[in-house]
Amino acid sequence: MHGVLTKQTANAIEVKGLTKRFGGFTAVDKISFDVRDGEIFGLLGPNGAGKTTTISMLSTIISQTSGSAHIYGHDAFTEKDAVRASIGIVFQDPSLDDELTGRENLDLHGRLYGMPDRERKEVIGKVLRLVELEDKAGAQVKGYSGGMKRRLEIARGFMHKPKVLFLDEPTIGLDPQTRRRLWDYIHDLNRKEHVTIILTTHYMEEADALCDRIAIIDHGKIIKLDTPDRLKDSLGGDLVRLGVEKRGRARLIASIRKAKISKRIRETDEGIDITVANGGRSLPGIMDAAKATKVHVDYATVKRPTLEDVFINLTGKQIREEAGAAGGLRGLMLRRR
Amino acid sequence: MMGSITGTIYALWLREVTRFLRSKARVLGAGGSPLLWLATFGVGIGSLITISKGTSYLDFIAPGIVGMTLLFSSIFAGVNVIWDKQFGFMKEMLVAPVPRAGIVLGKIAGSTTVSMISALVILVLVIAVGIIPLSQVTAIGVVLAIIMMLMISASFVSLGLIIASLINNIEGFQVIINFLILPVFFLSGALFPMNNVPLWLRGIAAIDPLQYGVDGMRGALIGISTYPVYMDLGIMLAIMAALVLIADIMFRRMQAK
Repeated sequence: MHGVLTKQTANAIEVKGLTKRFGGFTAVDKISFDVRDGEIFGLLGPNGAGKTTTISMLSTIISQTSGSAHIYGHDAFTEKDAVRASIGIVFQDPSLDDELTGRENLDLHGRLYGMPDRERKEVIGKVLRLVELEDKAGAQVKGYSGGMKRRLEIARGFMHKPKVLFLDEPTIGLDPQTRRRLWDYIHDLNRKEHVTIILTTHYMEEADALCDRIAIIDHGKIIKLDTPDRLKDSLGGDLVRLGVEKRGRARLIASIRKAKISKRIRETDEGIDITVANGGRSLPGIMDAAKATKVHVDYATVKRPTLEDVFINLTGKQIREEAGAAGGLRGLMLRRR
Repeated sequence: MMGSITGTIYALWLREVTRFLRSKARVLGAGGSPLLWLATFGVGIGSLITISKGTSYLDFIAPGIVGMTLLFSSIFAGVNVIWDKQFGFMKEMLVAPVPRAGIVLGKIAGSTTVSMISALVILVLVIAVGIIPLSQVTAIGVVLAIIMMLMISASFVSLGLIIASLINNIEGFQVIINFLILPVFFLSGALFPMNNVPLWLRGIAAIDPLQYGVDGMRGALIGISTYPVYMDLGIMLAIMAALVLIADIMFRRMQAK
């Protein structure tokens, strides 16, 4: 236990008071956070929250209005070349050359990153295997599906062995099956190749499945930063829902109160809701209280709060509002080519 | 790991050439239009006039048509930059740890090579079918002409990149290019000699970079020129250097869309 507590980890990214204004609009508003070496860090928020702008600043594409950002000690605004050499990035919008083959895209990338011929060939073979694109490597990218393009981009993003990999909405617009496979690749990269990963997403499940820590961002500000579990715990714990007949409810509530299981008990249409720190641990006690008062319980469910609940609790709105519109726009962009 | 400037130039050169060779339409299309000009305009107008004793009108415009081929194909290199901006590949280049000059020089090298391929095909054809008689052509003349062609191409590729760096959509780029390309072509002396035109027209033509290129090529290939060939070479070199430099500055300032 104390091993976890005393473990000191270096920071991969340090951001302090970072701000970006476009004219009168503040896209990113004095955000500060650290990304630890070796972790998967998520920026979670709706479209337009400032996630991509943040990534653009950290990856040297645009300059900041004020504040600072360091990648492994290198200033993202004054030591651009050093930063560029230590990062890999998968942009939200596709950035492949459609006329070239998959292998040619990787080869071009390797040359731009100064990889010698032999090493380049070896690495290309390896990353193509990893994202399962060996069979398609000789075909022009314009014939690839959305998921294949994304996999190729991820392969390209880490083939030069960056210390940090930026993934901007890595699975946007992909079907659930492809999304899950991409999660596996991302997870493997982090665990097996020890790449620190910072990703943006507006998919709750994605942040939950992948991230060690999550910064919830809205209107250019970080409103909460913690591990997925602690974010969910911040809502006060699990919800135990009991189906109980009307006449037994008051007696059962009093009994649970007396047993000091929880003070947060609410009567609902079908029974009672009890908020407890840990649903699994509290359930036996609740059932004992029901037996002691001879109240029949029809059913009992334990529900962990989701990140969606956390987001709604923090911002008063759902995160997915704009997801459909953005997907449509992206489809349009792709068709224009 | 960092990319060297030569490695960057080679990587981006390879990309342009691969894309060109893969597109059969572009390879064929590049040669079609100049041949049409020679066959119709050259033969048609040529039936009315002679330039001087021993030099037919076809002889005269052949270097001009090579110049035209270079002008059109080179300046449209800017289109690729706009595609790169719209479809994101520009970002891949901008986040690469490479010298910024390598990006612009690689683009210029690649696009210049591509437009040189079609122009050289036309030049060889023009000599092969005897429009420019082989007896008239000297080795040094051919070398000088090719140097001239390279400088014309690099200049207009750079101009195309400069315009593309300022504009984010294909439509806007095409409007500007169409506005530029015809005056540059007509005032270059590709179709008629500039010796006898009124002074006002000659004055305007003096600022046309292509004029010196076409004049130098003509001097090198058929021995007729308004200015001495070495002067054409010098002026073209200065124009090219200036445009490459401006393109470099513009690319450094450009941020990904």
